[in-house]
Amino acid sequence: MGAAVQNLPWVIVLGAGAFFTLVLSGLGQDAAFSAHMGIMAAVLGLGAIVLLWRWQPASAAPASDTTEAAGGYFDAPIRIGSILTVFWGCVGFLVGVVIALQLAWPELNFGPWFNFGRMRPLHTSAVVFAFGGTALMTTSFYVVQRTSRARLLSDNLAWFVFWGYQLFIVMAATGYLLGITEAREYAEPEWYTDLWLTIVWVAYLVLFLGTIIKRKEPHIYVANWFYLAFILTIAMLHVVNNLSVPASLLGSKSYSLFSGVQDALTQWWYGHNAVGFFLTAGFLGMMYYYMPKQAERPVYSYRLSIIHFWALIFLYIWAGPHHLHYTALPDWAQTLGMVFSIMLWMPSWGGMINGLMTLRGAWDKMRTDPIIRMMVIAVAFYGMSTFEGPVMSIKSVNALSHYTDWTIGHVHSGALGWVGMISFAAVYFMVPRLWGRKQLYSMRMVNWHFWLATTGIVVYAAVMWVSGIMQGLMWREYDDQGFLVYSFAETVAALHPYYIARAFGGLLYLAGGLVMAFNIWMTIRGRVRDERPIATAALQPAE
Amino acid sequence: MSSKDIDQVTGVETTGHEWDGIKELNNPLPRWWLWTFYGCIVFALGYTVAFPAWPMISSATTGVLGYSSRADLDTDLAAAKAAQGDLLTRVAQTPAADILKDDALARFARAGGKSLFKVYCSQCHGTGATGSVGYPNLNDDEWIWGGSIEQIEATISHGARSPTDPDTHFNVMPNFGADGILTTPQIDVVARQVASLSGIKGGEATAEGAQLFADNCASCHGTNGEGMIALGGPSLNDQVWLYQGTLDAIRSQIQQPRHGVMPAWGTRLGETAVKQLAVYVHGLGGGQ
Repeated sequence: MGAAVQNLPWVIVLGAGAFFTLVLSGLGQDAAFSAHMGIMAAVLGLGAIVLLWRWQPASAAPASDTTEAAGGYFDAPIRIGSILTVFWGCVGFLVGVVIALQLAWPELNFGPWFNFGRMRPLHTSAVVFAFGGTALMTTSFYVVQRTSRARLLSDNLAWFVFWGYQLFIVMAATGYLLGITEAREYAEPEWYTDLWLTIVWVAYLVLFLGTIIKRKEPHIYVANWFYLAFILTIAMLHVVNNLSVPASLLGSKSYSLFSGVQDALTQWWYGHNAVGFFLTAGFLGMMYYYMPKQAERPVYSYRLSIIHFWALIFLYIWAGPHHLHYTALPDWAQTLGMVFSIMLWMPSWGGMINGLMTLRGAWDKMRTDPIIRMMVIAVAFYGMSTFEGPVMSIKSVNALSHYTDWTIGHVHSGALGWVGMISFAAVYFMVPRLWGRKQLYSMRMVNWHFWLATTGIVVYAAVMWVSGIMQGLMWREYDDQGFLVYSFAETVAALHPYYIARAFGGLLYLAGGLVMAFNIWMTIRGRVRDERPIATAALQPAE
Repeated sequence: MSSKDIDQVTGVETTGHEWDGIKELNNPLPRWWLWTFYGCIVFALGYTVAFPAWPMISSATTGVLGYSSRADLDTDLAAAKAAQGDLLTRVAQTPAADILKDDALARFARAGGKSLFKVYCSQCHGTGATGSVGYPNLNDDEWIWGGSIEQIEATISHGARSPTDPDTHFNVMPNFGADGILTTPQIDVVARQVASLSGIKGGEATAEGAQLFADNCASCHGTNGEGMIALGGPSLNDQVWLYQGTLDAIRSQIQQPRHGVMPAWGTRLGETAVKQLAVYVHGLGGGQ
């Protein structure tokens, strides 16, 4: 009864949204905009119907919700977020495998919707923003409540932020397939999707900050510093990078406020800090909570966490120009981009040291606990790729590596190794606790996931090193008479076997994700797999 | 709370804070970490002194080494040019036929031509110049517009059926079938006649076929199908075919011929580059 009344405003808002987008669809100045708005109307309308259908009876609220309503932590969006993290992960990995296969066999481009050009941003956004973003949002809700001993600022605001962000994901993804793009790397959605994300993101900032402000702990835990840095900086990056003028308020096209090299620099200032603050700072926040919790050990060094936090966020923001070495960007900006990247090496490694050394006194768990193993490999890949990054930013190295597959390998050792693995570990940690299960369905399947994913990453990264360096060397090879030896097409042909191997690595990683999806699903259903425990020690109970 | 909280496992003091059961040890910064960090900062500062780095009011510091990426590129290009000596100038000044007589010059021109070929020609003729259906193979000694160095040079420079070059090679094979010049049975007979010249399956030499050939084909393809370079009429008496050597393909070409187009590269690439390409193509094996 109460729930139905409580949900009525949401139903009205969603219904009005559906109507509004339907009108926009009718008024659209281009076919893509109309189609996109039509999809939005369907999504919002469906949301309204689901809410009506789900809560009309209003009697059967889950038992845990009543305890939550009594002033405990607000975990309902975290539960949905955990499921969606796994879902978006599998979607992102699948699209990744598909585009890897498209690169190996161009016949697999099924135009216009499933061409590589549309599928590639679908893959990057699905992994970074859908999988990574949902993981960050979900874990940040989980962590900030527990380390602040405070319920989220507002339940309704939390729902708005959570579903608003999911709507952004759907708008971005469907827009790409319709061919709607700003063509800005990692920021492809068009102006109206950007505006929507801005609203959601500011609400996220208010929600997170508000929860911290009402905390009952005297100090703010380090994980929350990182989450806050992530939310705040992404807001700034997103707004500045997407400053643009729509060609029509009823159309899907806009023009950037910047042009030429200024535009390039703005894009890479954004692009690099999407890596720095989304994929590094945010996930460090995750690491700082889940790793000591799972290991049941104190964080290694408080001082290191302070110093590396401030050094990291101060230095990262200047490193973007290293993406524009040997371009029209002035030399001085290139120099600064390079030296800030080199100075960033140790601040990045501060997080690795704090993560690994937290295991001091608990290293034996590496043998018995595949979740700890996942965390360790995540931190190891974090350390590897944050060393590789500064190396690649050195101009003479970049002269070889730039535009080659080496860069693709680098970003994947970060994304698959660090971001993926730490998120998987966090999900494995949270799910039994969120559903009140004593343990996961299967620890052995976690172990399987670990090995599938690790093998996948190693194959991927190793193959891309070889193909990237080979590609770079072929591009620059001159014969004894001073003429270029290879045509571009010849280098593409030479990469063919490596592209097949890369797709295989991605397939292994995807397989690991599917194993996780099954394991999480069975855990939620309350099942426990009949299996031999890992090693001799008892399983780590979810307690 | 006691004044000091010691972690039992490591014996290290904690900061005394606790969040959801997580404590923090009060370990100092690892020395190697700190010194490496300092080292990186020192390197960074030194690098910004040596290289252009700090933006000032109207320009940036230029660095004590005086480096600039544009100057660097100019140096590299000048060095590359110097390494090639006067060879490029000599290619420009020497007629293609004379380049072939000078080993060093020919080697240079061939290398340059090979590099150019990959960029401009391989899309149609293939990386190894082996051609494909509709695009001539350049490795054999069959030439539509002639295989001497001068003829190859002219073909590259002016192209074939190029709409942009008045001196381009131009010819048109009539639409024998589509324009009703020959009937379908006649096309079949003459196609079999053509196929018989090189022993293609289905080929059959007949009196009627010979007559049709003499009336309709010989003027461009030669009395015995040996081809006619002056008119760009391909030879029909060997195993080399532009549009596949099958009876069906021959029939279809007579019915409604396809006509390839090759761009005129002279105005795009310049005389020297065309000369290099000609030397390269000539040296592929079929040059005459």
